[in-house]
Amino acid sequence: MRSLFERFAIALLVAGLFAAHATAARAGAYEDALPKLTLDSFSDTADAIDAIAGSGNPLAPPLLQALKDQRLLFSAEAKQVLIKSADGKLTDAATGQPFTAAPPSDLDNVRLNNRLRNLTDAALGSLTLMAGDAGKRYGAAQSVFKSRDASAAAALDKAIAAEKDAGVKKAMLEAKAALILTDAGAAAADKVAAIAVIRDRGDQDSLALLQSLPADAPKDVIAAAADARAKIERNLALWNTVQNFWYGLSLGSVLLLAAIGLAITFGVMGVINMAHGEMVMLGAYVTYVVQDLIRARYPGLFDYSLAIALPLAFLFSALVGIIIERSVIRFLYGRPLETLLATWGISLVLQQAVRAAFGPTNKEVGNPSWMSGAFDLGGILITYNRLWIIVFTAIVFVALLAMLRFTRLGLEMRAVTQNRSMAAAVGIRTARIDALTFGLGSGIAGIAGVALSQIDNVSPNLGQGYIIDSFMVVVFGGVGNLWGTLVGALTLGIANKFLEPFAGAVLGKIAILVFIILFIQKRPRGMFALKGRAIEA
Amino acid sequence: MYTVDQTAAKRPAARKWLAAAAGLAIAVTGAISSAKAQDTIKVGILHSLSGTMAISETTLKDTMLFLIDEQNKKGGLLGKKLEAVVVDPASNWPLFAEKARELIAKDKVAAVFGCWTSVSRKSVLPVFKELNNILFYPVQYEGEESERNVFYTGAAPNQQAIPAVDYLMSKDGGEVKRWVLAGTDYVYPRTTNKILEAYLKSKGVKDEDIMVNYTPFGHSDWQTIVADIKKFGSAGKKTAVVSTINGDANVPFYKELGNQGIKATDIPVVAFSVGEEELAGLDTKPLVGHLAAWNYFESIKTPENAKFIKDWQAYTKNPKRTTNDPMEAHVIGFNMWVKAVEKVGTTDPDKVIDALPGITAPNLTGGTSTMLPNHHITKPVFVGEIRADGQFDVVWKSKGLVPGDAWSDYLPGSKDLESDWVKLKCGNYNTVTKKCGGSAS
Repeated sequence: MRSLFERFAIALLVAGLFAAHATAARAGAYEDALPKLTLDSFSDTADAIDAIAGSGNPLAPPLLQALKDQRLLFSAEAKQVLIKSADGKLTDAATGQPFTAAPPSDLDNVRLNNRLRNLTDAALGSLTLMAGDAGKRYGAAQSVFKSRDASAAAALDKAIAAEKDAGVKKAMLEAKAALILTDAGAAAADKVAAIAVIRDRGDQDSLALLQSLPADAPKDVIAAAADARAKIERNLALWNTVQNFWYGLSLGSVLLLAAIGLAITFGVMGVINMAHGEMVMLGAYVTYVVQDLIRARYPGLFDYSLAIALPLAFLFSALVGIIIERSVIRFLYGRPLETLLATWGISLVLQQAVRAAFGPTNKEVGNPSWMSGAFDLGGILITYNRLWIIVFTAIVFVALLAMLRFTRLGLEMRAVTQNRSMAAAVGIRTARIDALTFGLGSGIAGIAGVALSQIDNVSPNLGQGYIIDSFMVVVFGGVGNLWGTLVGALTLGIANKFLEPFAGAVLGKIAILVFIILFIQKRPRGMFALKGRAIEA
Repeated sequence: MYTVDQTAAKRPAARKWLAAAAGLAIAVTGAISSAKAQDTIKVGILHSLSGTMAISETTLKDTMLFLIDEQNKKGGLLGKKLEAVVVDPASNWPLFAEKARELIAKDKVAAVFGCWTSVSRKSVLPVFKELNNILFYPVQYEGEESERNVFYTGAAPNQQAIPAVDYLMSKDGGEVKRWVLAGTDYVYPRTTNKILEAYLKSKGVKDEDIMVNYTPFGHSDWQTIVADIKKFGSAGKKTAVVSTINGDANVPFYKELGNQGIKATDIPVVAFSVGEEELAGLDTKPLVGHLAAWNYFESIKTPENAKFIKDWQAYTKNPKRTTNDPMEAHVIGFNMWVKAVEKVGTTDPDKVIDALPGITAPNLTGGTSTMLPNHHITKPVFVGEIRADGQFDVVWKSKGLVPGDAWSDYLPGSKDLESDWVKLKCGNYNTVTKKCGGSAS
């Protein structure tokens, strides 16, 4: 390890960052640097990070890790630096011993800015290349790749020689290639070989690295880089199309989820329900209330909060829907204009009621751990929350379809909406079915709210953003047809996402609207119009 | 149940009727209401309490009620109690003008504190000019305006946008070379980005290193744009996003940033419309290190700020209630108005307008703000990084206070314009043609 620290010291000298300490990695460097952390100044902290990283003291890696995680505390008065472990225990950074005395009163975090975070990451990267945990070594290799910190070269060589895990080794070789490419003194042949390694990595970062090559590099290096860039760009363009498709699918599933309840109330029952968006909003607030309770009482259940919120949101929104149907809408069947105005009024009342109860500001609905983050699939990044929403939408859609097709309630619903008087004549209580159908549509809007709370604001305005899109989807897909809604939502989603890169978000939206207007002119009943006399009854 | 339908159906009509009634009330009961006005001094509060902007503006209404309450505890103003008149313009821009008229003509308020979006301010301007009253406008805005009847206590672009960009270009900010200007599609982001683009180009940034992107209000699907930003940012030069994204669109934007793993150390985002209130709806752990530029942060440790937060939380009976920059602007504006009224001994708008320039009031971050002849104020500028607890950590602050500049020096149409209501009695004096009444571009 000795040579690593000497290299570090040389790098420091070259950078002219810390002349006093650059002479040697002597024993006291670590201890000398610590007081600088108590000055609460970014430039002093930067000096301290350099000195500590180069000190060779075994206490350095945990200290830098603590700094990165914001667990490093300092007291300006006592000139003391303490490390707080995850469970709140304090350790004296100078000795590595547990800190048992009463903590100083002015204890505060050592503050970081983005420059210092990058410095810490780079320092940790070169220090943890030999860590026992493969994940840590992989992370270290990645951070060297990003920081291209030349002083890590020696440590990297050592680590590559010792590495057994193929994946980690590949990352290290890529990091090594990055270092060679940024090293002005490296031989041209080495650079060409490095470019091949980078080409095979083939992602955005590789492209960035190749683009940052100086223009005065040897000819064959420039040629190899241009060649590699072209290859990566071709590859990325292909993935770009896949990515647009995926984004479209994801947007389509959100549209479908928001519209599917409307497809029942508007599509099947013919009620223009302007308060549909507010049912979605109520579902999102149910999620918030559930999470709030869980946070306060049973923090361990947080990952299940959405599962708990789902049935509650369904029941609550369905109940509100049934109340609205029984108290207002049933008096207005057959009078679409008045229904429209009445439900619009209800939507305002609901919004203001929520605003009065919860306040006008956004509420925080957290993502459970299984819905946070992303993973790479080939050349695209798939975020978990979007993936789960697509899966969830598919389940809701299939369940709804099955319910309408195979249950008695579904049969009665279809009967009533197709021919009310005939249904009544065979003994179906149409009023009850109306209420239940409206409740079902509202309930589904409620569970859409649970899903949307994961990607959007939970505020009283949540529903407004979706109501127009929902109507668009239902009308475009064909009123009265769930499959039409599915196809309509996905078509609009994907069309939108393929338009957006060229036209921008604002123009893309306008283009879609114009398209729908023209389409409706041509086919007033949407894509999948229900045929037959029944719907007119 | 038919009644519900009727109220809904007649809502727009009801508004007109109300306005007509307001007009009548002025004519018929003018004498009575002016007699009543002797007992108290009325202060108008014109903030949306419903609709899309309620999320931001409701807090400002509460702030004003709090300030008026405090002032009354100190004995009121000129020996009279202050009385708040609250109206709800419901995030509806024409309604702002109607409600402003109602406040001034019917309620005879001495001054109005209100508006958030620039479009609402533009909508009430003619009313304030016609009826000669005073508006205190507390929000950062795009500049390019200076009216006799309006006092701008929020930041002009040179008090927020330009210093933030300067910070990002500095060593501590990461020496950013490539810029994404992302904003919501309306007047404030468009004008601010125009100024920023001109400024960046004057600093030698090339066209291909600037990406401008606009999204509609309430945009919720950020996948494509965030992916584009990522792509734009991996061209081998340090990249930053300057966000003038407003309102509800911010939460899904930051959620998408977090999920796609864009860290502040890779591509920092500096926002001009994201404060403590907006972050309250977010899990900020993935966002640590992203930036915001304001003239005030709740986390700034001064005795004035500590007292203000304590009193505010006691007044709202909510120990978690946050404070933010536009609230501080109202605090400064209200205190300046009180001082000016005390100085001239009357609430007569003409006298107060003339008295306001030169008036000073302490801000909450330890300095003293001054009202300038161009009706803007001096303010400190802070750049803060988002912390894991939803507060901001100040990483840069301006040396001293920065005077607000109404007309940007970086736009071709406005750099010759000057505003001075004391000597020149003009909000847009053209220094080249030596005439009042030049316009911006």
